[in-house]
Amino acid sequence: MSSPSATVHDNTYGQDDTYLYHHFEDLQQQHESSSLGMWAFLSTEVLFFGGVLGAFAVVQTLYGPAMKAASSHLDPILGAYNTAVLLVSSLAMALAVRASQLRQQRNTVLFLIATIVLGSVFLAVKAYEWNHDYHLGLVPGINFDLERYPGRQILFWSFYFTLTGIHALHMVIGIVIIAIMAVLVQRRWFSGGGATQIEMLGLYWHFVDIVWVFLYPILYLINR
Amino acid sequence: MGYLGADYTIKSWLLTTDHKRIGLLYMISITVFFLLGGAAATLLRLELMTPRGDVFGSPDDYNRSFTIHGVFMVFFFLIPGVPAVLGNFLIPLMIGARDLAFPRLNLMSWYIYMIGGLFTLYALVAGGVDTGWTFYTPYSTMFSNTQVIAAALGIFIVGFSSILTALNFIVTIHTMRAPGMTWLRLPLFIWAHYATSLIIVLGTPVLAITIILVAVERLFKVGIFDPAYGGDPLLFQHLFWFYSHPAVYIMILPSFGVISEIVTAFARKKIFGYSFMAGALLAIAVLGFLVWGHHMFVSSQSMYAGMIFSVLSFLVAVPSGIKVFNWTATLYKGSVSFKTPMLYALGFIGLFTIGGLTGLVLSTMATDVHVHDTYFVVAHFHYIMVGGMVMAYLGGLHFWWPKITGRMYSEFWGALSALTVFIGFNLTFFPQFLLGYIGMPRRYYEYPEEYQVLNVMSSAGASVLAVGYMMPLIYLMISLKVGKIAGPNPWAASGLEWETSSPPPTHNFLDTKIVTSGPYDYELQEFADMQREVQEQGIV
Ligand code: HEM
Ligand SMILES: [Cu+2]
Repeated sequence: MSSPSATVHDNTYGQDDTYLYHHFEDLQQQHESSSLGMWAFLSTEVLFFGGVLGAFAVVQTLYGPAMKAASSHLDPILGAYNTAVLLVSSLAMALAVRASQLRQQRNTVLFLIATIVLGSVFLAVKAYEWNHDYHLGLVPGINFDLERYPGRQILFWSFYFTLTGIHALHMVIGIVIIAIMAVLVQRRWFSGGGATQIEMLGLYWHFVDIVWVFLYPILYLINR
Repeated sequence: MGYLGADYTIKSWLLTTDHKRIGLLYMISITVFFLLGGAAATLLRLELMTPRGDVFGSPDDYNRSFTIHGVFMVFFFLIPGVPAVLGNFLIPLMIGARDLAFPRLNLMSWYIYMIGGLFTLYALVAGGVDTGWTFYTPYSTMFSNTQVIAAALGIFIVGFSSILTALNFIVTIHTMRAPGMTWLRLPLFIWAHYATSLIIVLGTPVLAITIILVAVERLFKVGIFDPAYGGDPLLFQHLFWFYSHPAVYIMILPSFGVISEIVTAFARKKIFGYSFMAGALLAIAVLGFLVWGHHMFVSSQSMYAGMIFSVLSFLVAVPSGIKVFNWTATLYKGSVSFKTPMLYALGFIGLFTIGGLTGLVLSTMATDVHVHDTYFVVAHFHYIMVGGMVMAYLGGLHFWWPKITGRMYSEFWGALSALTVFIGFNLTFFPQFLLGYIGMPRRYYEYPEEYQVLNVMSSAGASVLAVGYMMPLIYLMISLKVGKIAGPNPWAASGLEWETSSPPPTHNFLDTKIVTSGPYDYELQEFADMQREVQEQGIV
């Protein structure tokens, strides 16, 4: 549409060697397309999580006390710890994006690795929590102890495992893609330093983190 | 030979990133699913010829058959139909772009579509599914002992294919327009696909999560929807219809785009009320998200919620009405020529109007209580989905066939098929309005004697309809070999897609297009000259 490589963006994708796909007019159009595509994708994710959060809100309203009783078996300290871990991972991701724009290949890779490590810490803590829930007999369909946790409490746990499960799945996908990106950047696979690709990856990662920022109070803190 | 002759190997088709070739891959696949769905429908109509069950061994088989029919038609034909075939082919051409914004993603969405389709096919062959395409809980989660999970997974997967296609369209329409192609110069076909893509992007993920919840409930026997375990079956219906009402507009809005292009081109007149037409598309996309409760009037939803959904449903009829009025106004005093695409378009306008008006009967709470879950509803949605979407798809296919293949089809057979489909359709589905009105419920395989006459009429009509659908399959194939060479613009139509050769070259245009005016300037002398020229050459 408009003139190629506006000055503000010169450091990101204005370089001559950046690959331009044949069907785009210029790099700016290519960058705008990627960015809009990612935002549109994230809007589908909002609706995806929105559907199950909406359903959970209905259950909350119908069976408030049971939900509170169930929630009290979760450890808010572990949840808070994980929230902090994810927020720091978002910082690492933001730094990776910045480094890739400045074409600092080494720093880009290092910050991507830091993001992977932090994301894995989150998953490890989550796995520990799930294991703990299992030993308490809290997993619906597998070993839920209806006598110890009577009434509608089982509904809370159905939603808890669904929500944290699909969130963790998003994390795993994110980590795999970050790992692939880190290798590609290390091998100088992207002609433009991968700035656009890493920026899009960053948007995804921040989104997944924000989802957790909502899940934490909704699941862990309803009783407090 | 343009994009078709770029390379002849199978690999060059299966690994293509050319939007035009991907459109053709979709065309073949949706046709296969349409035929499978149609075969199931044939069995249903055969069964309903007599009041007793005789064709199917048991009511269960009948249930499996209407589920196959509904699932294939809705998720694998109606929803992808116009966008994935015509949209894929035409959007870049119409806005003067060389391809969609993400060509590889486009190819991937076809593969995802196929994987979803094969999954569903597997489910339906290995035991079938008996829940209907609506998968109502708790039947689908706790009671049905058929392949619910496999089928639901197939639909989940194919949803991603829609999402990726829609995302591609949104980005393409935003960022890939040729210089001078401003928003108010976009063909209405593009507006229609833009509005549709918004609905797909915002609606489909809700269906995806609903399917996950159904699978969780079914696998782990937890009560999200089953009241026996404390769940809420209405919750399922709310989530399902939050997607599935907008989904009916996913099926019909692209058709509105097709019809707008055809009506102006064959009335030789500018479309009446362009900005209203574009606005109506967006209004439908927004309002469509606010009316899902009209499927739940008798489901113990609160009376006040019902009243609000009822009023909001009337509101949707306003932009739908605008469309019909504006097409009619475009025809008024136009120099109309009744070529095959126009015959299909006129059929569309008539049948969509009947479907829309009966929609109002259904959104009036008091009358809906009477006809809910009867053949009246079946007739209503077939008038819109089959009378609407399928007519528009066929109309569009004929209109752009010369562009897609470079050849003209036989006008005689084309006109005959349009007529046969129109007559067959009405014979099949009009009796169903009457059947529903006098109380025949849907989804039963036996019925009292009184209903037989109308059912036989409907089945007879269905065979006429089937003949109508088979005809294009044959003469369009024949046209590939013997059709007249079409030239770039056989209809003397406006639009960038007609300014390139037929079939277009792989990169669509040899030069960069610069747009200086809005669409549909048919009153200009230039178009009259163009029309005289093609007529003199004897192409149409
Ligand atoms: C003028 C706008 C429309 C209105 C006011 C309207 C209204 C309704 C209402 C109230 C029902 C529920 C009837 C019942 O279950 O008792 C219904 C059912 C249905 N409508 Fe429409 N409708 C409209 C347009 C459409 C369109 C454009 C389509 C499809 C392309 C469509 C497809 C369907 C389907 C598939 C069902 C049946 C769903 C099922 O129970 O399986 N409708 N419509
Ligand atoms: Cu509806």
